[in-house]
Amino acid sequence: MKPEKSRRSAPTVKPRPAARPRSKFVLRLFVAGATARSRQAVLHLQQLCAADLKGGCTLEVIDIYQQPELARANQIVATPTLVVEFPRPMRRFIGNLANITGLFVELDLIPARKLTV
Amino acid sequence: MKKPRPRSSAPKTGLPKCPTGIQGLDEITSGGLPRGRPTLVCGGAGCGKTLLAAEFLVRGAVEFGEPGVLMAFEETEAELKANVASLGFDLDGLVRRKKIVVDYVHIERSEVQESGAYDLEGLFVRLGHAIDSVGAKRVVLDTLEVLFSSLPNEAVLRAELQRLFRWLKDKGVTAVITAERGRESLTRHGLEEYVSDCVIVLDHRVNDQIATRHLRVVKYRGTLHGTNEFPFLIGEDGISVLPITSLSLNHTVSSERIATGIPRLDAMLGGRGFFRGSSILLTGTPGTGKTIISANFAQAAARRGERVLFFSFEESPAQIIRNMHSIGLRLEPHVKRGLLRFHSARPSLYGLEMHLATMFKEIAAFQPHVVIIDPITSLMGSGTDSEGKGMVTRLIDYLKAGQVTSLFTSLTQGGHALQQSEAAMSSLMDSWILLQDFEGNGERNRVLYVLKARGMAHSNQIREFLISDRGVDVVDAYIGASGVLTGSARAAQNALEKAAVLASQQEAARLKREVERKRAAIDRQISGLRSDYESESAELRRIAEQVGTSTLMLTSERAASGILRQADAKVGASAPGRPKHGRKL
Repeated sequence: MKPEKSRRSAPTVKPRPAARPRSKFVLRLFVAGATARSRQAVLHLQQLCAADLKGGCTLEVIDIYQQPELARANQIVATPTLVVEFPRPMRRFIGNLANITGLFVELDLIPARKLTV
Repeated sequence: MKKPRPRSSAPKTGLPKCPTGIQGLDEITSGGLPRGRPTLVCGGAGCGKTLLAAEFLVRGAVEFGEPGVLMAFEETEAELKANVASLGFDLDGLVRRKKIVVDYVHIERSEVQESGAYDLEGLFVRLGHAIDSVGAKRVVLDTLEVLFSSLPNEAVLRAELQRLFRWLKDKGVTAVITAERGRESLTRHGLEEYVSDCVIVLDHRVNDQIATRHLRVVKYRGTLHGTNEFPFLIGEDGISVLPITSLSLNHTVSSERIATGIPRLDAMLGGRGFFRGSSILLTGTPGTGKTIISANFAQAAARRGERVLFFSFEESPAQIIRNMHSIGLRLEPHVKRGLLRFHSARPSLYGLEMHLATMFKEIAAFQPHVVIIDPITSLMGSGTDSEGKGMVTRLIDYLKAGQVTSLFTSLTQGGHALQQSEAAMSSLMDSWILLQDFEGNGERNRVLYVLKARGMAHSNQIREFLISDRGVDVVDAYIGASGVLTGSARAAQNALEKAAVLASQQEAARLKREVERKRAAIDRQISGLRSDYESESAELRRIAEQVGTSTLMLTSERAASGILRQADAKVGASAPGRPKHGRKL
């Protein structure tokens, strides 16, 4: 699945009610510009969605340079930050998400067998 | 007497300064914080870091027209607003008027997991956005170090913080960064390494169970600054730091005299009382009437329409007012008219510096003409001697600068070291009145004398000081061969003198009567003699007349016989003169 890069929309409230019934994961990634680190994070997340979440995910990427007020609204300090809105409890991952799949397994968000293969 | 706030930023040659508007701090830093640079404010818990930073922002927005951004890591916006509202800062209003942006940065450590390399660009973006949204010139980062506990990977943090301070400088904002005091270093996480332009350390120490806040400018690149520890106070209208720098002796003086409220005491002071703006010390053993004289002085001033500020460190205002009733002194009308204000506090309530700060604030707020401190000794007891003297010096300087007359009462313990114990303080005072007890004849009496009164002729006599339900009075003590007599001894002496006077008056009256009687006797004698004389002289006249007539008859007869005998004309010509003469007799 190709995650759409939404930059202009106001995604704070919109995705959740729409996404909740049908998708299992609601992910929002906050990046600061198109730096190498941002691209890495997006890439790692795309891999996670494609390989492990199997389409059961809504991914939104927000560039805080474009929408700085969202950084405040979402309490973003470090970038990149991945906010896992759903399933609850809310979690945040900061960094380029190099080992995000492993962390998801550790947190029991996705089954471990996928890793062992 | 309000100190003019230095509004201009810095001398032209020096570093550009950003005035904080915090009372006293701008004087210590000679103009304020370094403009366009970050300043580190560090200190332990509860020593006022956040308040100092918040005041810097609020005053900047209100007084200097510089909007600000407050990035809070510890307190939410609502908490902050409530906290600073207690200092009279309307943070909420400033936020609504877009003068200040408050951004609460919250990171829940339990929700955050590190996953690879990250940076703090989010923080930069937020800060940058906030600064741009109001055009901020001032930024406060309240306890940035919270990041160290909420984010993993200290190395990344350090690098990012360094970048942050550089970025702030580039932005040209004057920043205040607060940090917790570390055990061995200034801050727990060594932020002083990055913020090196100006470092202010706040401290809250307990000495002898009394806590005092102190502020010290540890470092200030490129400018002169006070290096001492300055006590500061968090009061109802923010922070005030007390610089001890204004110890110059160049007060303007007044030659106006003000009455003490006790006419005889005025008479002892050259007839016109104290100089306005002078400092007066009133020392005495317990119960000699120090407070009473003070209250009289206060009343006299209030009657002249002057404002009086009465600092009482031993009695409550109500108690003073009640006690003064007993000597017929009504103070509450003056309190109601707003001319007399009491400020009561226990000396042990807080430290000397805090007391001084409170007094300064009260004085600045009330702008009194007369300040009474009753007693200064119990206040000085809460510090060391040198601290106490320093405090009194500053207080007197402050008051003199504003032409405020100050009356200090000082309690001395019994014994004869009266003058010695006050030596430290007395040299600061312009006038010194000593109250003392005289014991004798099974009673205790109060006496008063003027020990010194700079610049005026004053009585050298000891006077007895009487307190009755009609007020106070100063009467001449009896000073005679048997020493100074007061109280009933003086009364007895007076009675003795009166008796003596009476006796001599009676004696004089008796003598007068005697003389009168004698004069009457003489008069009688004189009139007897006169009547004798008159009868005798009448007799004499009668005889003379008889003689005259007989002579005349004799002459005329002779003349007649002469005519008859044809005697010469000469005899006849002189003859008529003689009977005339004889008749006259």
